[in-house]
Amino acid sequence: MPVDIDVARVAQLARLSLTPEELERFGRQLGLILEHAERVREVAAENVPPTAQPIPRANVFRPDEDVPCLSHEEAMASAPEVENERFKVPRIVEEEDERP
Amino acid sequence: MTELCDRSGAELAASLHGREVSAREVADSALRRIERLDGRLHAFLRVTEEAAREQAALVDGRIASGEALPAVAGIPLALKDVLATRGIVTTAGSRILEPYVPPYDGTPWARLRAAGSVLVGKTNCDEFAMGSSNENSGFGPVHNPWNLDTVPGGSSGGSAAAVAAGEAVWALGTDTGGSVRQPASLCGVVGLKPTYGRVSRYGLIAFASSLDHVGTLTRTVLDAATLLSAIAGHDPFDATSLPDPPADYTQGLETGVEGLRVGVLEEWMTMEGIEPGVAAAVRQGIERLAALGARVDEARLPHAEYALSAYYLIAPAECSSNLARFDGVRYGLRVGDGATDVADMNVRTRGAGFGDEVKRRIMLGTYALSAGYYDAYYGQAQKVRTLVIRDFDEAFERFDVLVSPTSPTTAFRLGERTEDPLAMYLSDIFTIPSDLSGTPAISIPCGLAPDGLPVGFQIMGRLRDEATVLRAAATLERDLGVAPRPPLLEEFPL
Repeated sequence: MPVDIDVARVAQLARLSLTPEELERFGRQLGLILEHAERVREVAAENVPPTAQPIPRANVFRPDEDVPCLSHEEAMASAPEVENERFKVPRIVEEEDERP
Repeated sequence: MTELCDRSGAELAASLHGREVSAREVADSALRRIERLDGRLHAFLRVTEEAAREQAALVDGRIASGEALPAVAGIPLALKDVLATRGIVTTAGSRILEPYVPPYDGTPWARLRAAGSVLVGKTNCDEFAMGSSNENSGFGPVHNPWNLDTVPGGSSGGSAAAVAAGEAVWALGTDTGGSVRQPASLCGVVGLKPTYGRVSRYGLIAFASSLDHVGTLTRTVLDAATLLSAIAGHDPFDATSLPDPPADYTQGLETGVEGLRVGVLEEWMTMEGIEPGVAAAVRQGIERLAALGARVDEARLPHAEYALSAYYLIAPAECSSNLARFDGVRYGLRVGDGATDVADMNVRTRGAGFGDEVKRRIMLGTYALSAGYYDAYYGQAQKVRTLVIRDFDEAFERFDVLVSPTSPTTAFRLGERTEDPLAMYLSDIFTIPSDLSGTPAISIPCGLAPDGLPVGFQIMGRLRDEATVLRAAATLERDLGVAPRPPLLEEFPL
């Protein structure tokens, strides 16, 4: 059976704006894909450890040395909007006088 | 078809070093081929003509001064557009990165550039490397040079088509679920996915970090070994990069397969959905290996049938996290006119900038990782991954390599699978297991099916054992003779 998921909720978590047509279509397709993916549950694997990386490596360090890095201009060069050498974005917090 | 761009990298290197041809002539040959054919193929998103000529002139200067150059110097190269190139737009095939100019070079390209490699352009691919047909590119699909009505495979379809058509002599691609080997199979070229961590991913736009591999697309196995030798090796900028010392993978390719233990995945050969023409061509390849002295027997990977399901939970989960960085703040597209706040801008930018498949996978991953579902989906998929790795470990106790078709079908028609994501996902059923296990695998051409399209023969090896994979591939390649080239090259000569 196709899995029934709350697509609008998932899209919200994923920060995606979707049209009503997309919500319907993706909901149907994701339900079918998940039905197939659910097969992983058929495999009894209680005592099997999970694999996160095919060749596990832990605590990979390199020397903490000063090396040349990007200039301010290079790092900002692809920014959609810049003001005073900073990334400009729409407001993040409510303005003072709007708070209850 | 005696153009310079149709020769192998090894042949061109010999001619360059013998001063029979110049790097300038070689670059011009590839650039002319692009001009002649790419209007039909659309393998390239950007042709870097000027940079190619500059680099070729540098190489010619170094040769004239008597310098002994690396094997890759002066050879026309194409890079999949998921690999960062300083000062050259890098889009990952996505509208969300349409204006993005990386301020740095990724490590594989940095190494090739320093060695004198001549970049002719950035190749088209499925958006963020998610797809098996190249139809998910935000800039229009690639057409397979063998039949323009069919797909080149994906996601490295532009790289595979470019190499097949002589628009480049070789190319880099990436393989997360088969994205180097499957298009190599569908375009009749050699596609090598090395061991996980063998090649640095620094500068690769990440899709699924525990699965992403940089690989090579070439027309010969020797060229695959040469190109791998040039890009492999430890990189402090990628924490998953293997600390192994550098190696010359071109050594030992001629030593044959006498006594080599070859395991045939018989269950895959007889699976539902596999085209008879594909199975027949692969069987012939197996018979040739046996005739050349290999000890052939049946092998099994019992959990491989669950690999696809595990992959379509793990890869989307990782992608949903990796693609969170595309938020319209620091680079790329921004859709935010009149946005009420930054979150509103994020949501609108991502809705407008990502294509269907990327949205599907981000949502699939978000769902699989969300509270209440994590253990049942992502956690269980990671356990299945362990079982697939154990299957390989057991098989490699008995066998030195495992063989199978690369793809169950030859190139399919454009549009045939776009409405059915699951049917599309099945294209990668034979390639996904080696990505889950991180083990090296190669696809080499093994003749044409009755539909006139190329068939790929997959050889899978042990972790870190590219040498045996390449040796088996080179032996079979030698026996099969020169692989045919697309008829298109006769139809549109030059």
